[in-house]
Amino acid sequence: MKNTLTRLAATAGLLVTLGLAGCGDDSAAGSTPSPAPSPAAALTIRDPWVKAAPAGTMTAAFGVLVNDTGADITVAAAESPASPMELHEMTMKDGKMVMQPKEGGFVIKANGTHELSPGGDHLMLMNPARAIEAGDEVSFTLKLGDGTTVPFTAIAKPYAGAGESYDPGMSMAPMGSAAP
Amino acid sequence: MTARPSPVSRRRLLTGAAVAGLGAAAGAGTVAATGQETPVPVAVTQPQTFPTGTAAVAFHGPRQAGVAEDPPAHAAFVAFTLAAGTDRRALGRMLRLLSDDAARLTQGEPALGDTDATLAALPARLTVTFGFGPGLYRAAGRPAPIADLPKFRIDRLERRWSGGDLLLQICADDPLTVAHTQRMLIKDARPFAAIRWVQQGFRRSPGVQAPDHTQRNVLGQLDGTANPRGPEIDPAVWNEDGSTTLVVRRIRAEIEKWDMLSVSDKENAVGRRLTSGAPLSGHEEHDKPDFTTVDQSGLPAMPDFSHVTRARVEDPTQKILRRPYNYDDAPNAAGLPDAGLIFASYQRDIARQYVPIQQRLADKDLLNEWITPIGSAVFAIPPGCTEGSWIGAGLLS
Repeated sequence: MKNTLTRLAATAGLLVTLGLAGCGDDSAAGSTPSPAPSPAAALTIRDPWVKAAPAGTMTAAFGVLVNDTGADITVAAAESPASPMELHEMTMKDGKMVMQPKEGGFVIKANGTHELSPGGDHLMLMNPARAIEAGDEVSFTLKLGDGTTVPFTAIAKPYAGAGESYDPGMSMAPMGSAAP
Repeated sequence: MTARPSPVSRRRLLTGAAVAGLGAAAGAGTVAATGQETPVPVAVTQPQTFPTGTAAVAFHGPRQAGVAEDPPAHAAFVAFTLAAGTDRRALGRMLRLLSDDAARLTQGEPALGDTDATLAALPARLTVTFGFGPGLYRAAGRPAPIADLPKFRIDRLERRWSGGDLLLQICADDPLTVAHTQRMLIKDARPFAAIRWVQQGFRRSPGVQAPDHTQRNVLGQLDGTANPRGPEIDPAVWNEDGSTTLVVRRIRAEIEKWDMLSVSDKENAVGRRLTSGAPLSGHEEHDKPDFTTVDQSGLPAMPDFSHVTRARVEDPTQKILRRPYNYDDAPNAAGLPDAGLIFASYQRDIARQYVPIQQRLADKDLLNEWITPIGSAVFAIPPGCTEGSWIGAGLLS
């Protein structure tokens, strides 16, 4: 059911409203450093992971963006060989939580962190060319506002948490109208 | 204390040191003077700590954890049957995921995407030990270092407690930690494997006895007196590459039958005193059994049918490391217990060490009258892994 729904949503270019419960309380606990960023970048991502998904089904990558510098850093875009990507946020629209592209990217405050989590901001894989299977390691590159890049690898989890609690009856709105 | 942060911090701010002084005095059980500012000179109170909950065992290393350490109080043995499509590459993906989960959870950190991150905070000596059954090697197209046990005449094995392609032995001093860990690991294993059986067991709780005590089983016997200890463990348990092997047997205790015996009959069946665990030829638990000692009637003090006599091993390389847990599931409608032992033994080589002992016990051990093996499984315990790697990488990469 869910797969059908998401595939429909992806192919029809619809904006899917995710009935996501807040799940974002992983704070500072885990700490797997990802591969070193390109020399100029001072942004890292901690504990990255991606939700496993069949080919053609939207999915998302998560983690904690860490800015160790004294200046704000903007993540302007994300890329992956696995799928076209967008930066998404969850926002309230007409009384419902919907996801939509994040205008202006994610801004990580100086010496701050920014959590990407199910139910919150995330890196959206719009249309994976091949299945992303549990345990796969998926490569990503974050493109920062100053033009530098931050590559990282995320492990795929067979996540069955908040992200699957769609309400198919009330959760769709045309991408064109909902996206800014 | 579940007060919202702001009023608490504000109250702390307002009352400051005087309250802290009173709190300290009360905490130390001393009556404090009511002076406002001068802290009463009571014994310095440490912030309250809960070392049982926060204790962590390293996950990474050349050998897996959960073998040689003193066993924590609670355990879940979770055996899986691999799905048909789980080949060598899929096994690698599964073990990369499960190793990552174990590495985090054992250190008190949530698994990636942990849906109940707060439950990960207290590792309580959590260990996750990975075992590979014969079927995993078949799925991987690799030769297996272990083989199913021969049939023993005492066995009444049930399929629901036997076999398994992958085992996760989850141990901690707290059952909620075990439960959360078990759930997180199973969630990540689901795309690759089905649950075959789960056996949950317990020992004495932490702080009840010395950490290195010999465990008492549900029949009241001290269980594991002859275990190798300290430097004796290496020659019995660890292979050069950091691997070992595990036998898991579910042994039902026929407790109601056992109840009908006199104490001396029970002691003769085991070969040890029930209270002290001393061999019938000696006085203390760790006295070496002397099979030449005779009693007043001229018979051997250690009966030749006793469990200790039959199981005894002198050669340190032939010994096994027993790490058993009791189980006590719900009794039936008539009130008869469903209890026994999750027998777990580690040894370098099952065929060379475990099987001869079990064969002697199966051939003649009076204790067989009161215990029945109903489950059996064997696993290779591969070497540990370094940070960034995963259990089984050497086999499956």
